[in-house]
Amino acid sequence: MTKSDTRILAPQPGLPAPTASWHDRKGLVQIGLLALLLLAPLAAHFLGHVYYVNLASRVTLVAMAAVGLNLAIGYGGMVSFGHAAYFGLGGYVAGISAYHAFDLTPVIGWPVAIPGSDSMLAIWLVAIVVCGLLALAIGAVSLRTTGVYFIMITLAFAQMIYYFANSWPTYGGEDGLPIYLRNTLPIVDTNDALTFFLICFGGLTLSLALTSRIMKSRFGAALTMARLNDTRLATAGIAPYPIRLVAFVISAMITGLAGALYADLNGFVSPTMLSWHMSGELMVIVILGGVGRLYGPLAGAILYVMMETLLGGLTEYWKLFLGLVLLLVVLFAKYGVMGWLAGRERHE
Amino acid sequence: MSDAVLTLAHLNKRFGALQATSDVSLDLREGEIHALIGPNGAGKSTLIGQIAGGLKPDSGSIALAGREISTLSVAQRARLGLGRSFQVSSLAEPLSVKRNVMIAVQALQGHSFRFWKPVQRDESLLAPAMQALERMALAHRADTPVSELSHGERRQVEVACALALKPRVLLLDEPMAGLGPEGSARLTELLEALKHEVPILLIEHDMNAVFRLADRISVLVAGAVIAHGDGAEIRGNPQVREAYLGD
Ligand SMILES: Nc1ncnc2c1ncn2[C@@H]1O[C@H](COP(=O)(O)OP(=O)(O)O)[C@@H](O)[C@H]1O
Ligand SMILES: [Mg+2]
Repeated sequence: MTKSDTRILAPQPGLPAPTASWHDRKGLVQIGLLALLLLAPLAAHFLGHVYYVNLASRVTLVAMAAVGLNLAIGYGGMVSFGHAAYFGLGGYVAGISAYHAFDLTPVIGWPVAIPGSDSMLAIWLVAIVVCGLLALAIGAVSLRTTGVYFIMITLAFAQMIYYFANSWPTYGGEDGLPIYLRNTLPIVDTNDALTFFLICFGGLTLSLALTSRIMKSRFGAALTMARLNDTRLATAGIAPYPIRLVAFVISAMITGLAGALYADLNGFVSPTMLSWHMSGELMVIVILGGVGRLYGPLAGAILYVMMETLLGGLTEYWKLFLGLVLLLVVLFAKYGVMGWLAGRERHE
Repeated sequence: MSDAVLTLAHLNKRFGALQATSDVSLDLREGEIHALIGPNGAGKSTLIGQIAGGLKPDSGSIALAGREISTLSVAQRARLGLGRSFQVSSLAEPLSVKRNVMIAVQALQGHSFRFWKPVQRDESLLAPAMQALERMALAHRADTPVSELSHGERRQVEVACALALKPRVLLLDEPMAGLGPEGSARLTELLEALKHEVPILLIEHDMNAVFRLADRISVLVAGAVIAHGDGAEIRGNPQVREAYLGD
């Protein structure tokens, strides 16, 4: 084989790159899902149904949290049953910061005084950093185990944080912490439901773009190999552990940022956001949508919240139906809604 | 002895009551193929595992280019230049052949904490991977998923992965198994060309290949080296004939 053969493998200038594009099915499904998510609240807004705009924000944030989880579970093969820890911690960052901004008391008085803030930009930054640090600590320990042990240990860590929040009276304990005034951004009015939705939508599309980009990079190649065959990765000279740990941290940062927005959406944060039910909900969304599919979390979140809203209005046993759907997906649509809509993922 | 790249000294490994490696000392010199032969269960793969780092010896030392490596991880040893292939091939099945080899090139080029540039269009990864595949006469399979390859082809991909590391030492665990006579003959030629570049510790059952390729042969039986010498010496050794060549 000569050099020219190698060049055939590279995309030719002028031809479209062989990635998701306008005319393939996967690309269409992805654009369709985003369009649906964007257009439904726009329509609701012009028809004056604020409730549905907020519902779309909920779908968007739950999807974004699940995008973070999908990076760990789907792309990294790390089945975390404790992502509520980051979702809830992000929420508490927003809640605690707003509480002190309202109260004009410092969050921490010593050794340096850190004031509260109602600036979303500051809150997001802190949420990302704090969740990243927590994931670094939890991941550093948990990633020494695999399989069921990893599931159990991530759950155990998240439960520790849940019980801690429950029993710490300063920030409401089990009653939670209200955010009386939604946190703010420069220029735009975050109290406007549509504006807030568009902020959430921006967060989701950014995390999708980030995940996609990362997974195509060298880091993504290493993470994929760590999932598929970590012996091969180590034999090539790349230690799997740091690769997994960094992916776990990025995953938690995305979920944590979604959590901060989620608390602002509800004007409230409580230990519920930290509970194992929340972790399970995010896992169900990832599985429903299609594990390791970029748009799986969005498809899963749409389906999940729709079922919750439609069936939940009819019967309090709606989770029984959710269970049935989950069973059907696991049995008959192994690759989730995305697999069913867009076909099986092919690696190159 | 001074030109030994890899030196094992008094290596021991037990699995419960089983002495899988028993006081093994051997070395691998620049420019040679050192074949390790022995019946099934003799402990050949276990020995490779200890050199590459997947298995921890109970005692003894392993030195690569004069540096003690027995406390290093698999990845660290690979970065120091230990390339290996597995007896049962260990590749990422759903990925294409070239992606399996590219990960080795990526490792060679330095750290993997690069989050932005797509690998798919990265010539600096692709070109060396294709080169390694060409050396194993496998470039035409570059875009095929590993899951669609024959057993023999998988072995070749493994050797290509090891070559892409630009190793100082190659450890090959039965690379010819499953290749068929024609495939083994071709691989024999490829390895013969290779040995001037990188010394090879070769485990092989195909005696034609062994006698043709090996400069030195060590015979492992029940974890211990029972004989050592060049092809003629091994062929003439009565102990080896009895224990292994068996005819
Ligand atoms: N991880 C292990 N645990 C227990 N016994 C093992 C393990 N690996 C290999 N063995 C045993 O050690 C002996 C040597 O195995 P191996 O090194 O695979 O032999 P060879 O490669 O020479 O055929 C065999 O009896 C095998 O059953
Ligand atoms: Mg063996």
